[in-house]
Amino acid sequence: MEPATRTQNPVVTGTSVLGIKYKDGIMLAADTLASYGSLARFRDVERLIKVGNTTIIGASGDISDFQYITHLLEKILIKESNTEDGHQLYARHIHEYLGRLMYGRRSKHNPLWNSMVVGGIRDGEGGTFLGFVDLQGTTYEAPTIATGYGAYIAQPILRKAVEGREDTLTEEEAEKVLEDCMRVLFYRDARSINKIQIAKVNASGISISDPRFLDTEWAFAEGIRGYGATD
Amino acid sequence: MEAVKQGSASVGLRSKTHVVILGLKRSPGELASYQKKLMRIDDHMGIAIAGLMSDARVLSTYMRSEAMKSKLMFDRPLPIYRIVAAIGDKAQVNTQRYGRRPYGVGLLVAGYDDAGPHLFECAPSGNFFDYYAVAIGARSQSAKTYLEKHFESFADASVEELITHGLRALRDTLQQDKELDINNCSIGIVGKGVKYHTIDGEGIQKYLDLLGDGNAAPAAATTATAGAEDTGAVPMDTD
Repeated sequence: MEPATRTQNPVVTGTSVLGIKYKDGIMLAADTLASYGSLARFRDVERLIKVGNTTIIGASGDISDFQYITHLLEKILIKESNTEDGHQLYARHIHEYLGRLMYGRRSKHNPLWNSMVVGGIRDGEGGTFLGFVDLQGTTYEAPTIATGYGAYIAQPILRKAVEGREDTLTEEEAEKVLEDCMRVLFYRDARSINKIQIAKVNASGISISDPRFLDTEWAFAEGIRGYGATD
Repeated sequence: MEAVKQGSASVGLRSKTHVVILGLKRSPGELASYQKKLMRIDDHMGIAIAGLMSDARVLSTYMRSEAMKSKLMFDRPLPIYRIVAAIGDKAQVNTQRYGRRPYGVGLLVAGYDDAGPHLFECAPSGNFFDYYAVAIGARSQSAKTYLEKHFESFADASVEELITHGLRALRDTLQQDKELDINNCSIGIVGKGVKYHTIDGEGIQKYLDLLGDGNAAPAAATTATAGAEDTGAVPMDTD
């Protein structure tokens, strides 16, 4: 007989998710790659989802665990809307729930292998919310958040560009900052791809862009030994 | 239904911002304490009961645990309508199942959530109703009569006005020779920016003073003089 083995390891994974606050709300960015180990296996997986009418979530880590979480959230939202009592779950509540869910699973030695960014309208009083949850149930809020490799590469860029400017940063500026960070990540992160989505929550609701390609510059490669240079 | 009518009365009424519940406490004898009538469920919700205390404790325990679940899982105060509907479902099952009896208790649920202030009545049948003002328990019809006459002024009333209206309604449920005092009634309040809290004992005296003497029909003049510094003009006493 084999001992029970419940601790998993992620199999098909998504890489970094970025999230920032800006003047009108929240903006999230992620690429559309689902890697199988180091193999770029699925190139059109959408990792940004809409949860209700006020919340968006971006997930890195195990894609199948994220699909399971998506199903759980859908189930809860259906139950919620069936009560028809005018109450709804806002970003703050979804974030709290995910924190409890992830911590509960890690306590069973069977974690859901994800790091997630939760953004949206804070609660019934309005305001914006941007929070983080990981596979251990760690939760925090911040005006800029980056998961995975992005925590090392993009987080410092985001902090410099956004923090202290959350109330003045325009939608165009915010989008450019995220796009620049995704481009840097594409250059540096070997599990990334140049196809990204950007999701927004603002006064006019939620919008998640269609996947689009980043413009990249490779002229410098010629000067790198092993790519173009010969000595 | 009959068990509810035998329990001493509870009254509830609400404005646009607050809900007040009041209970008339009974004591089995001079040497005994008064039976508790109000229970706190959470910071945003309380109940007043009429009927079997033991059944009320079962329900309040359930309500408290649901309220805690909501706080733990979503960091959200339990929406009032949901817990009331859940109690309705629980109560209805008891009317349907072989070998079970209905709950012998009626509840007034007072709460404040994102949708504003709420006052519900829950009956053992499983029915529940949303009210501006309501009374349950022994001789509650007299209190209802009072509330029906005055409820139009409740929407914009202050907490003090709600309490005096509630006490007057409660007073109408008393037996001939009895009077309200600081021992036989308790008051529960919840509302916008106000956590659920009760007023008991000495704290009730100032509101009893506002009622004037023990007359069932308060004279406008008496109330105005007695409550001059507290509420100024009390708009409701016209008779």
